[in-house]
Amino acid sequence: MRIELVKRPQRSVLFSALSPFIAFVLTIVAGAILFALLGVNPLTAFGIYFIEPVSQVWQLHELAIKAAPLILIAVGLSVCYRANIWNIGAEGQFILGGIVGSIVPVMFPTLEGPLVLPLMLLLGMVGGAAYAAIPAFLKTRFNTNEILTSLMLVYVAQLFLDWLVRGPWRDPQGHGFPQTVQFNASAILPELFPSSGRANWGFVFALVAAVLVWILMNRVLKGFEVRVLGSSPRAGRFAGFSLGRMVFFAFMLSGALAGLAGISEVSGAINQLQPVISPGYGFTAIIVAFLGRLNPLGIVAAGLVLALTYLGGEAVQSALGISDKVARVFQGMLLFFVLGCDTLIHYRIRLVGFGASRIEEAR
Amino acid sequence: MKRLLIALMTTTAALSVAASAEAADKLKACWVYTGPIGDFGYSYQHDQGRLAVEKALGDKVETAFLENVSEGPDADRAFERLAREGCNMIFGTSFGFMDPELKAAKKFPDVKFEHATGYKSADNMGLYNARFYEGRYVLGQIAAKESKTGVAGYIVSFPIPEVVMGINSFMLGAQSINPDFKAKIVWVNSWFDPGKEADAAKALFDQGADIIVQHTDSTAALQVAEERKLHGFGQSSDMIKFAPNAQLTSLTDEWGPYYVSRVQAALDGTWKPDNVWLGIKDGAVKLAPFTNMPDDVKAMAEATAKKISEGWNPFTGPVAKQDGTEWLKDGEVADDGTLLGMNFYVKGVDDKLPQ
Repeated sequence: MRIELVKRPQRSVLFSALSPFIAFVLTIVAGAILFALLGVNPLTAFGIYFIEPVSQVWQLHELAIKAAPLILIAVGLSVCYRANIWNIGAEGQFILGGIVGSIVPVMFPTLEGPLVLPLMLLLGMVGGAAYAAIPAFLKTRFNTNEILTSLMLVYVAQLFLDWLVRGPWRDPQGHGFPQTVQFNASAILPELFPSSGRANWGFVFALVAAVLVWILMNRVLKGFEVRVLGSSPRAGRFAGFSLGRMVFFAFMLSGALAGLAGISEVSGAINQLQPVISPGYGFTAIIVAFLGRLNPLGIVAAGLVLALTYLGGEAVQSALGISDKVARVFQGMLLFFVLGCDTLIHYRIRLVGFGASRIEEAR
Repeated sequence: MKRLLIALMTTTAALSVAASAEAADKLKACWVYTGPIGDFGYSYQHDQGRLAVEKALGDKVETAFLENVSEGPDADRAFERLAREGCNMIFGTSFGFMDPELKAAKKFPDVKFEHATGYKSADNMGLYNARFYEGRYVLGQIAAKESKTGVAGYIVSFPIPEVVMGINSFMLGAQSINPDFKAKIVWVNSWFDPGKEADAAKALFDQGADIIVQHTDSTAALQVAEERKLHGFGQSSDMIKFAPNAQLTSLTDEWGPYYVSRVQAALDGTWKPDNVWLGIKDGAVKLAPFTNMPDDVKAMAEATAKKISEGWNPFTGPVAKQDGTEWLKDGEVADDGTLLGMNFYVKGVDDKLPQ
C-alpha cells in the first residue's frame, strides 16, 4: 500500500476552491495540538489569534498598515513570476525606494508644501525601478541568473542604507545615533481616518495597484505578452514579443511598486530613515504572491491573511504570555498547509495496493 | 528545553494572574523587548525584572510582554496594542523604540511610559538607563592583569554613544594597569548574532588578542574562548554555564529593583517621569562572581568596583583622545551630557570609529 500523486490533465476547479478550507482545517487541528501541549486552551488561543485582530477598528487599521507593503510588493512580483522572471530582490528595491524618496525631506528638510509628498512618492518609484533595472540589465546583457543578482543586491541596499544613516545623512542633533532627521509634516503620508486608527494612504496605493495590475494582466495586450512569454518563450518569439524588453518591463514594474511601498512605509510609518526600515517585507511578499496564486486580487486577500497571522501572533503573546516562537511556528504551519494543499489542484492522490500498482502502471 | 520551560512558566503565570480576579485597582505593567527572552542576554535580563515585579507586588499587578519586536513600524504597533489593551504602564527596553514609544505616549496621555537608553521624553514618558561603563572599567583592569599579549579583542554592535563609552571606559581601566594596553575592535552590526560573534572572536584571537570583551548579547564569543582555553567576559547575564573555564566575570544588568520601585510608585500614585542613570551603587549594574583569576586580581577588581560604587567616576582626568589631544584635565570629571553623546575614542584604541 502506498500513496501516489498523479498529475491531473488540467487544474481541478473543485480543489481550487476547496484547498484553502482543507488547509484551514488542518491548521486548526495541528494548532490545537500545539496549544494543548503548551497548556493553553486551543479555543481561547484561536479566538485571540483569528478573531481579536479583526474585532476592533484600531486593529483593522493595523491590519491595513501591515498588509499594505506586502500587497504592493507582491502585486509587482506576480507580474515577474507570471513572466517566469525570478525577482527575489524586492527587499532591496523597497529599501532603495525608501532612500531615494527620502532625498527630499532629508536633504531639503525645510521644503514644505503640497508637492513634497507626490515628489517623494515618484522618486521612491523611480529609485525602486532603477535598482530593479540592474538585474534586468545583467540578465539581458550577460545572461546572468537574476535570482542570484537580485538577491545579492538586497544586501548591497541594506548596507548602503546603513552607511547613509550612520554617515552623511545622520541627524546632527541625534546624539550620534544612526538615524536621519524626522521628516516635516508635509513629507509625511497622511493617515486615512486619524480619529479611529493609524492606517495611512499606503493601503489605498496597494488596492489601486492591485486593481491596475489585474486590468493589465487580464484586459491589456501587455498582460497577454507577459503570460505568453512566461509559459512559452518560443511561442512568444513567434508572436513577435521581445523577451529582453519583457525582462526590463517586469523587473522595473515590480521594482517601482516595491519602491513605492518603501517610501510609503518610511514616510507614513517611520517618519525618518533608520538602519533597518523593513522587517523582511520584500521576502514575505514572495510568500504572499504565491499564496494569492499570482493573481493581483488574490494577493490582496493573501496579504490581509498574512498580516492577520502577524497581528494574531502578537495578540496571543500579550494576552496569553506565550512565546513569539510559538506564534511563528503556528504561522509557519498555516502557510505550510495552504501551499501544501494547493498541490491537490494539480495532482490527485491515489492509494495503490501492492498488487494493483504494477497493473495500473502497465495500463 | 529551557526556553520551552520559560514559555510554559510565563504562560501559567499569565493565566493564573488573569484568573485571579480582574480587580479595577490592579495595575497592568507591560514590557516590549527587542530580542527573544530566551537570548540569555539583554532581553532575558529585562524579563527577569518583569518577573521580579510579579514576585514583589504579587496580585496588585498584572504583567504582559511582547518579545522580538523589530525596531520600526512593528514597534509602533506593539506600543499601540499594549496601550489599548489596558496597560497602565509600559516599559520600552531598547533604544530603537524611542520614537515609536514617544508617539504612543502623546496618543495615550493616561498611560505611563518609560524608555530605556534613549534621550527623548514627555510628560508621561520617563527615561532610565544603566551606567554599564562603570563595570567596563573593572573589566579593563582585569583584562590588563590577565592578558599576556597586552591586547584585548572587543566585539561590538553599533557605533552609538552607549557602546563607544563602554570601549573608552574599558581602555581607561586597562591603561590604569598597563599604559601600553591595546584593544582590537570588530563591529558585527547586530546585538545578537551568535554566528557573527563567534567568527569575530576567532578572528580576534587569531590576530593576537588573548581576552575577549563583548558588547553583544550571545554566549558565542565566550564559547570560542572556552575552546581555545583563553578568557573573556560575559555580557548582560551571567554566562558561566557556557564557559566555566573562560569567563572571568560578566557585566550583568539587574533591572528588578528599578522596575519594582517604579511600578510601586505608580500604584501609590507618586509616579512621575524621571531621567535616571543607574550604576553599580544602585544595584542595576552588577559584576558576576570573579572566577578563573588569581586572588590578587580578584581583590583589585572588588576594590575598584567598591570605589566606583562610592562615587568615583572612571572618566576622571587626565584623559587624552585617540589623536593624543587632551580631553579631560587632571582631576576633571566628564559630565553625563558628554558621555551620552560620546562619539570619539580615547588613546590606545586600535580602530577608526565608524562615522
